[in-house]
Amino acid sequence: TCLAKRIVPCLDVKDGRTVKGVNFVALRDAGDPVELAYQYSQQGADELVFLDITATHERRKTLVDLVKSVATQINIPFTIGGGINEIADADILLNSGADKISINSAAVRSPAFIDELARAFGKQFVVVAIDTKFIDGKNFVHLNGGRIKTDIETEHWIREAENRGAGEILLTSMDHDGTKGGFDNGLLKKVNDTLGIPLIASGGAGNVEHFVDLFHKTNVDAALAASVFHYGEILIPDLKQLLKENNIEVRI
Amino acid sequence: MIGIVYYGAGNIFSLTAALDRLGLEYGMIHTAEDFDKFDRFIIPGVGHAGSAMKKLEQTGLVPAILNLRKPVLGICVGMQLLTEFSEEGNSTLTGIIPLKTRLFDEHLKIKIPHTGWNRVSALPGNVLFDGISPGAHFYFVHSYFIEFNSNFTIALAEYGIKFSAVIQKNNFFGVQFHPEKSGLAGEQLLKNFSQLA
Repeated sequence: TCLAKRIVPCLDVKDGRTVKGVNFVALRDAGDPVELAYQYSQQGADELVFLDITATHERRKTLVDLVKSVATQINIPFTIGGGINEIADADILLNSGADKISINSAAVRSPAFIDELARAFGKQFVVVAIDTKFIDGKNFVHLNGGRIKTDIETEHWIREAENRGAGEILLTSMDHDGTKGGFDNGLLKKVNDTLGIPLIASGGAGNVEHFVDLFHKTNVDAALAASVFHYGEILIPDLKQLLKENNIEVRI
Repeated sequence: MIGIVYYGAGNIFSLTAALDRLGLEYGMIHTAEDFDKFDRFIIPGVGHAGSAMKKLEQTGLVPAILNLRKPVLGICVGMQLLTEFSEEGNSTLTGIIPLKTRLFDEHLKIKIPHTGWNRVSALPGNVLFDGISPGAHFYFVHSYFIEFNSNFTIALAEYGIKFSAVIQKNNFFGVQFHPEKSGLAGEQLLKNFSQLA
């Protein structure tokens, strides 16, 4: 295939500023998500994800301003997620230049929201993000950034999300997230083998070899990571070079 | 100056942002008279091809589009509108280019929508690809594609099957990918379009 595997830096944003510590050379303002996004696009990132954790009533306005700034200055696609609960939220983000929106808890609480979004904007616009944790031999969906366990089995939920019109799944393994010990290749392969829509893997990236392993073992479509990119522990040009040397199709 | 056909189907913010970054001037086309103000045209589009065609028809701009003799660029669903038919909603489209828009076949063991950066191979003489490396990746996101046809396909991509990444008939061009989201290669393509004689 000639379709490139995608490398996707993820930026956590609060009140229009990046939250997680960023230690990145050549940044004039490490707290400015647009500046960071621009640097990533220059380095060869294929796509960006912004997760907004703003809780104030000014939320929608700050989010729309952010999306417009990103769309104005960045020439690669991006997804925006966090607190999108109604069609009107999605509509204004689309018209401000967002390529996709990501929904997580809102979809679990109201699965029909996936159908509504897909009908209104097309399934390519709808990413369903899922936080999963392995408990007593099974994988369960967790909500609110992983704080709340549900009784929903992850693989069932992925199937339902796909059937309802999700255009892509972003799967974060909470067991691997933050460990820097590699992606959850077992689960990711199992999910990817039966999935008819693209899968973005998240959680566990610690070094460049983890990405090679991920793509070789699971064949997922994209890999997302945050801190290893923000702290300059992995440089995207180096990562893509290594992937290419390992016969993984990438955009260089 | 580029005239953007304004018919309510799609996110034109990203397109105008890309044109702004490139310093290319543009304006919006709302009425048939507006076509006279510009020397080239873009038809954008996202979403459902059938709904997009209905919206375009409601503007009353279709007859003027059919008569255009200056360069026209359809992007994504805007490209599909140039064909005669889409399997999406079994819709009749403008028919400017005698091709069909079809749904990707999941039996080819491919994921649908086709999402991401895919290699595009321009055929010799394709002026839209001047200055773009052979096999450069462009950003695609679509479930329907335009069949490969040696008369009209001027660049192809492969996803399970070979399909049209770029088509042309006379002054009408269409690109299936999103040049406004395709990094430097996409920006170069827009620049090339702006300089077509």
